[in-house]
Amino acid sequence: MLFTSYGFIGFLIIVFTIYYLLKGDWQWLFLLLASYIFYFLADPRYLIFIAVTTVTTFFAAKKISDKKEAFEGWFKEHKKEYEKEERKALKAKEHSIEKKIFLACLLFNLGILAVTKYTNFTIANINSILNTFGRADGISFVDLIIPMGISFYTFQSMGYLIDVFNGKFKAQDNLFKFALFVSFFPQLVQGPISRYADLSETLYAEHRFNWQQVSFGLERILWGFFKKLVIADRILVAVQAIIADPDTYNGFYAFAGAMFYALELYADFTGGIDITIGVAETMGIKVTENFIRPYFSKNIKEYWNRWHITMGTWFTDYIFYPISASQFMMKLSKKSRARLGNNLGKRVPVYLSSFIVWFTTGIWHGASWNFIVWGLGNFVVIMISQELEPLYRKFHSRFHVDGTSYWRLFQVIRTVLIMSSLRMFDCYRDVPLTFKMFGSIFTESSLAQLTPAAFTGMGITGFDYAVVFVGMLILIAVSLIQRSGSVRVKIANCAAPVRFIIWYGLFMATLIFGAYGIGYSASQFIYNQF
Amino acid sequence: MEELLTILGDLHPEVDFTTAKDLVTGGILDSFDIVSLISEINEEFDVTIGAAELTPENFASAETIYALIKAKLDDED
Repeated sequence: MLFTSYGFIGFLIIVFTIYYLLKGDWQWLFLLLASYIFYFLADPRYLIFIAVTTVTTFFAAKKISDKKEAFEGWFKEHKKEYEKEERKALKAKEHSIEKKIFLACLLFNLGILAVTKYTNFTIANINSILNTFGRADGISFVDLIIPMGISFYTFQSMGYLIDVFNGKFKAQDNLFKFALFVSFFPQLVQGPISRYADLSETLYAEHRFNWQQVSFGLERILWGFFKKLVIADRILVAVQAIIADPDTYNGFYAFAGAMFYALELYADFTGGIDITIGVAETMGIKVTENFIRPYFSKNIKEYWNRWHITMGTWFTDYIFYPISASQFMMKLSKKSRARLGNNLGKRVPVYLSSFIVWFTTGIWHGASWNFIVWGLGNFVVIMISQELEPLYRKFHSRFHVDGTSYWRLFQVIRTVLIMSSLRMFDCYRDVPLTFKMFGSIFTESSLAQLTPAAFTGMGITGFDYAVVFVGMLILIAVSLIQRSGSVRVKIANCAAPVRFIIWYGLFMATLIFGAYGIGYSASQFIYNQF
Repeated sequence: MEELLTILGDLHPEVDFTTAKDLVTGGILDSFDIVSLISEINEEFDVTIGAAELTPENFASAETIYALIKAKLDDED
């Protein structure tokens, strides 16, 4: 059920009404039922996958947690009976049993994710290797279903399992509560990837109807619809036209396509997250923010701290840190320091771990070389900027431009341009074509390409461009105002007529300028496919 | 403590680590710095810091990092 469909709006109204008619534990139990219905309506077969992940993770985490508790209790009482080395051995033995349960559950669930998402990609790669060696007959592709949101709910569940294993909190005792954490419908499709410690604070509590909270939630939903329907789905048509015909749309058009896609992706993804957070907010549930004005970032590192935040922190906490803090990396660090010298040697573990993280981030986004190269492209850019750090310091000690608004603007534009260039891998059909189109920006661009007819030939009219442009100005204005605090709070402090004009205006703008009607159909959110 | 301050000073010469209290939440130490730091600590103090201990609280200031190292060194039980 697409967030922008009438079906979803109807579903929301029903869920919202029943939710507030219920009291106490019935509220979260009903949310679980609603989430499973939501998932069932997408495809009944999906339920098996989410149920398997839920049940295996729940029992593994519970077993680990119970064992931890029992051992700690026993150890406290009996530790004086043992020598230091014996105590260490006892702890190690306990840890190793817990680790076995943990790894079995982790590998099983990551295995499901890998098989459903990456089997055909693996087959395609094996076939192309076989072809290189002259074997024309390859392995046939398998017809597998990919459950909706599997990357999101698997990561969310595995984050929970890792936290329990690390003793950050006790496992949840109630299977149904845990099932709701995994399947909470507003965030099931495209994230954010919530942490149990955060979401559980408000997910199971009783929430009474609070007009301010509900209106804030509805405002956030409306803002999400505006971004998605007025901006993203409108400019999407031009993006698709540019991508579909690379022979015609090269040079400056490829650049325009990358810029249009930057706008589309931002409006689409942040709009979807606004709807998610807004829906949860109407029911008093707090979902973690996933974006903090990412296009205002000064550099790529900062950008990744502000874009799809919950994914970035997931990869940092659960992949980057465990790999870089592992015994293997510590040994490698020692060896590389001894061989390459302190300065170069200490970089080896950081760079190797980053490489693995960005490779994984790439393949998490999709089973294709485009995404892998995109991920590794990010890695290369971040490493280069890391290495150039001393040079930047030298530059800034000589030229005092840091902190000036011109320099800040330059940094922001630079970040947007680099990220948009990398994202071209999302767009074109394969890696060589992406490089070719990127190259064409420098070799094929000409002023002759800048004709109104060429742009209106991309399937949208001058009026559409005007709507998108005004929409973009509103996005920028809102982001600028947001720097000093919540825009909704600011609007709530305005006089009633002003509030009415703003929200009614936004509602009407979404209704009138939203990309629907003849020739349009509300499109799938981009991040649904991940 | 002196050794730790030297390691931190090498990472960010512009920061006064004797007074800074919000190294992670204040954006002074990023994930790269933390990983470099634990590898330096491993080298200097011969203690291994696990991934689960890489939290903003443990790396909030030179004192909290030192407390973590000390706890590891004194780790009897």
